[in-house]
Amino acid sequence: MSNRKIVDARGSFCPGPLMELIAAIKAAQIGDELEVLSSDKASANDIPEWIRKVKHEHLGTTEENGVWHVVVKKAK
Amino acid sequence: MKILIVGGGMGGTILANNLARRLSTELRSGKARITMLSASDRHMYQPGLLYLAVGRMTPDELYRDQRSLLEPGIEFHVDPAEEFRLDKNEVRTQGGTVHGYDVMVVATGSRPMPQEIPGLAENSEMFYTEESALKMFRSLQQFQGGRVVIAMGVPHKCPMAPLEIAFMLHDYFRNRGILDKTKIHYTYPIGRVHSLENVAKWAAPEFDRLGISYETFFNVKEVDGTTKIVKSEEGTETNYDMLITIPAHRGMEVIEKNGMGARGWIPTHRNKLNMEGRDNVFVIGDTTNIPISKAGSTAHFEAEALGENIAAMLKMGMPVREYDGKVFCFIETGNDRATYASFNYLNPPEPKAPTRAIHWFKLAYNKLYWASARGLL
Ligand SMILES: Cc1cc2nc3c(=O)[nH]c(=O)nc-3n(C[C@H](O)[C@H](O)[C@H](O)COP(=O)(O)OP(=O)(O)OC[C@H]3O[C@@H](n4cnc5c(N)ncnc54)[C@H](O)[C@@H]3O)c2cc1C
Repeated sequence: MSNRKIVDARGSFCPGPLMELIAAIKAAQIGDELEVLSSDKASANDIPEWIRKVKHEHLGTTEENGVWHVVVKKAK
Repeated sequence: MKILIVGGGMGGTILANNLARRLSTELRSGKARITMLSASDRHMYQPGLLYLAVGRMTPDELYRDQRSLLEPGIEFHVDPAEEFRLDKNEVRTQGGTVHGYDVMVVATGSRPMPQEIPGLAENSEMFYTEESALKMFRSLQQFQGGRVVIAMGVPHKCPMAPLEIAFMLHDYFRNRGILDKTKIHYTYPIGRVHSLENVAKWAAPEFDRLGISYETFFNVKEVDGTTKIVKSEEGTETNYDMLITIPAHRGMEVIEKNGMGARGWIPTHRNKLNMEGRDNVFVIGDTTNIPISKAGSTAHFEAEALGENIAAMLKMGMPVREYDGKVFCFIETGNDRATYASFNYLNPPEPKAPTRAIHWFKLAYNKLYWASARGLL
């Protein structure tokens, strides 16, 4: 059963949303879904690029009032 | 009001002194009481470890007696918290004493966990503890040239340290006259050489100029000490003669054991700094789960905001300030130059070109820190 965890990285310039996701994904179980909230648009591109490299699954990105929601599934 | 501060590091000490000044009358009259619990009678200036690792500071320069840093009126016990009874507003210590509180602040910091990556602890050098920094310096002194790889895990405290150690090693090898026989290879978890875009834009050409090679999107998966190879989560690998690491951190074990936060990171309100779901428990410094730099300056600004709020809660029944995510970090860029990054939740940093003046200011701050911990700066 999957369980979705929110990684609230709004306002994070250093270490930044991707670093928050990397840390959270390590702590997650295979099959878990993580939703990163980011107020930084560049991260909306960086995160899927990293997910592809490491071969997790990108379930989608949406924007709402200047906050990007990137949903990821831990695949391995 | 009984105020209990758990942790006598950067955040806890600055907060305790800030409160003792604001509440001097209340402390004298007995209306307020400040108690601090810590795990050590010494206070370490952790940024000094970076200099210790390259032989530019000695261990004695890193420490002060914790009591000497505290305002009179603060009750101090070297007796670590063991059990947090949040529903009863009390904490039991290792020594068996039970401390009740009206308001508690947790500032127990974080710790590096090299043992979580297969092969990392046995095959690398690090500088996040006194012992490891001294060992790293001994290894460096014996090093006669070869390939030095810098690799890190996230989260870790002091996000500037990876860049700083790369630049400082470059100058160390140059001063020893072995730079021509040494290759520094820097790796970083995300798609550029630093999380701050402007810092990355400046640092990458600086690496090129100094002959430091780099590889991005590199998250350490395991280290093979026999073949001397570091493998990444991304499927790449790189060989080393000396591996220098900043491992991923966790909060303290006591936080995990008490179920206060996964991996020791306590869910904390980003502006009010209270532990989620508790209005009389606050959290500052490395052990929060707030997604900003785990740095002394973060702990410092959080402590100032919280000090003002706790004093106001006692004097007028409500807090007066919100923490705005402020962080200020120096960035050493070698032996003689430095720059800085200053930012908050809303405003990204815009680091300027490094100068000698900022480097001298950082060296001065290494001494001034003790005044800052006392709350004088
Ligand atoms: C090599 C290095 C370089 C750094 N450089 C910089 C820099 O240039 N600038 C910067 O801003 N930051 C820097 N930092 C980071 C900075 O030192 C930390 O972020 C800062 O100390 C965090 O403060 P804190 O109060 O959260 O934790 P700490 O200062 O680590 O204090 C934690 C305290 O909790 C106590 N404690 C632990 N367990 C218990 C318990 N069970 N009960 C009671 N007390 C307990 C400990 O004894 C300690 O007193 C650096 C760190 C390192 C390692």
